[in-house]
Amino acid sequence: MNMKTILASAALVMTAATGALAEKTKVGFVYVGPVGDGGWTYEHDQGRKAVVEAFGDKVETIYVENVPEGPDAERVMTDMALKGADLIFTTSFGYMDPTINVATKFPNVKFEHATGYKQADNVSVYSARFYEGRAVQGHIAGHMTKSNIIGYIGSFPIPEVIRGINSAYIHAKAVNPDVQFKIVWAYTWFDPTKEADAAKVLIEQGADVVLQHTDSTAPQAAAQAAGNVITFGQASDMAAYGPMPRVSSIIDDWAPYYIARTKAVMDGTWTSTSTWDGIGAGMGGIGKISSAVPADIKASAEALRDSLANGSYHAFTGPLNKQDGSTWLAADETASDYGDGGLAGMNFYLEGIEGDVPN
Amino acid sequence: MDLSSISPTLLVASLMVAATPILLAAIGELVVEKSGVLNLGVEGMMIIGAIAGFAAAVGTGSPIIGFLCAALGGAALSLIFALLTQFFLSNQVATGLALTLFGLGLSALMGQSYIGIKPPASTKLDLPVISDIPILGPVLFSHDVSVYVALALVAEVWWFLKYTRGGLILRAVGESHDAAHALGYKVVKVRIMAIMFGGACAGLGGAALSLVRVPQWTEGMTAGAGWIALAIVVFASWKPARVLLGAYLFGGVAVLQLNLQAAGVSIPVEYLSMSPYLITIIVLVVMSAHRNKAALNAPAALGRAFHASR
Repeated sequence: MNMKTILASAALVMTAATGALAEKTKVGFVYVGPVGDGGWTYEHDQGRKAVVEAFGDKVETIYVENVPEGPDAERVMTDMALKGADLIFTTSFGYMDPTINVATKFPNVKFEHATGYKQADNVSVYSARFYEGRAVQGHIAGHMTKSNIIGYIGSFPIPEVIRGINSAYIHAKAVNPDVQFKIVWAYTWFDPTKEADAAKVLIEQGADVVLQHTDSTAPQAAAQAAGNVITFGQASDMAAYGPMPRVSSIIDDWAPYYIARTKAVMDGTWTSTSTWDGIGAGMGGIGKISSAVPADIKASAEALRDSLANGSYHAFTGPLNKQDGSTWLAADETASDYGDGGLAGMNFYLEGIEGDVPN
Repeated sequence: MDLSSISPTLLVASLMVAATPILLAAIGELVVEKSGVLNLGVEGMMIIGAIAGFAAAVGTGSPIIGFLCAALGGAALSLIFALLTQFFLSNQVATGLALTLFGLGLSALMGQSYIGIKPPASTKLDLPVISDIPILGPVLFSHDVSVYVALALVAEVWWFLKYTRGGLILRAVGESHDAAHALGYKVVKVRIMAIMFGGACAGLGGAALSLVRVPQWTEGMTAGAGWIALAIVVFASWKPARVLLGAYLFGGVAVLQLNLQAAGVSIPVEYLSMSPYLITIIVLVVMSAHRNKAALNAPAALGRAFHASR
């Protein structure tokens, strides 16, 4: 066999292969943590599995775990696009610029970026209104704390996380005026060692409620070891740690969105959109409130959840002041999503929270 | 800012737990270096110990078996290093670095199905009356058993190196392998045993991380602890008691930075996060400024290959 025949047959095989693949819609997922983190990435992977279940043979999914936020993410996305992905979900805030960069290079590939705010013709953004769940957490936390100190493990000082802190704080304060928040920034989404250390420190400094905006179950384990401390599952139910320390949770449900967007690509009806759904639309859910919470608190928490879901109550309803005392929302005014002082760009603490937002 | 919310008692208690993994790894590496071998694979052996111990503890439900398997895993990996450097006379620095990279990769592979799993709780010392003594109780008598094992190991190594014949032979091999060989000591055998001891200690340190300090398994969870252990050995000028000091100093800074943050001290978090590493660098600079003094303490044959034919 001479070189020409080898090349020719290789080319033939390749055309045949691409032909076979073209019938399937290929969907890629870029994950910031491992699929077994039991939190954020785990739920995204559940969404991926739901896509496979919904479309069966017509879809092929690929995913890469533990992708750092930065240049490496760009490499992974480019690789997926080159492998023929039609739709790529990039599931962490820090993938925002890499997603936009890669999307400009591959105008025919559709991208979906979670929790970001930069859109393009082939880049949609989607997120859940986690702050609604935080309101319920704050409500329970404010009632349950005996030391009046609530610990909060922040990941990165970005609007999504700051919204969560503010929402939890004002709802804890509403039921317990003496409540104080201690905030530790871990500067990571997923690092059980740091998260465990942060939780331990907060507990040592008197916190008997630990809220986390990081993805692992390590803070739950630390709280369990400490004894009389309650926690909330983050992004996923983390039910293995119930009924104590985990008394409830925020559960993300990406499956319906992933299925709908994959369908749109299949039908050719995909357009760039911005989706920000809350408890009402089913993208965020409140995990079962455990038996460790007294019945009356459970009932009021569920009432709060329902009022958020049906839209009769907005988690940020005035009068609310910024940390420096200036007015943010007048009485009965609710926060707008975008624009000046909007939720999307929230970068300030509300009145009563101590400490500064790190730069 | 509210510094009064930091309780010194709890701070000391938690720094002891935080320092245990690096203390174990460092005391092992001290013995290795005392025998004249520089094994830069501590990080790799630690993380293999972390996953081996975690997997065994989850599989059997017994943290003790977990720790044993961690020691075995670390020792097994160090055996590769021993084979390459002692028989094939490969470069110790390069081999050690390769061992770290290999360990990190292998552990990630081994740990695939262990992410997010809860390990069985390990035994805490809980003496009925003594653990309840104010201040002393929480600081000294209520830790996980591994904390005491690490302390006992430091004392044992000190005693072994200073007062036993075996310790003298080990030091002789580390100071001048040719002289030790001429006296009839088995240089390679002594070094292999030292390397395996170092591997076992690093493995225990890894397990202390994955079974006690966190406790969970995650890829790359040692996050540089092995390198810090190496730095501590130099910082301690190869003296066991100073290894203890160095490990607690480092553990203390790591815990303190989180405490300051929670207490609302308005120092940018980045400075606090890098402070442990900054201190390591400063200490190394100070050490090397007194070059002669440091050189006096370093084992003379450190990092040099030995072959009996010469």
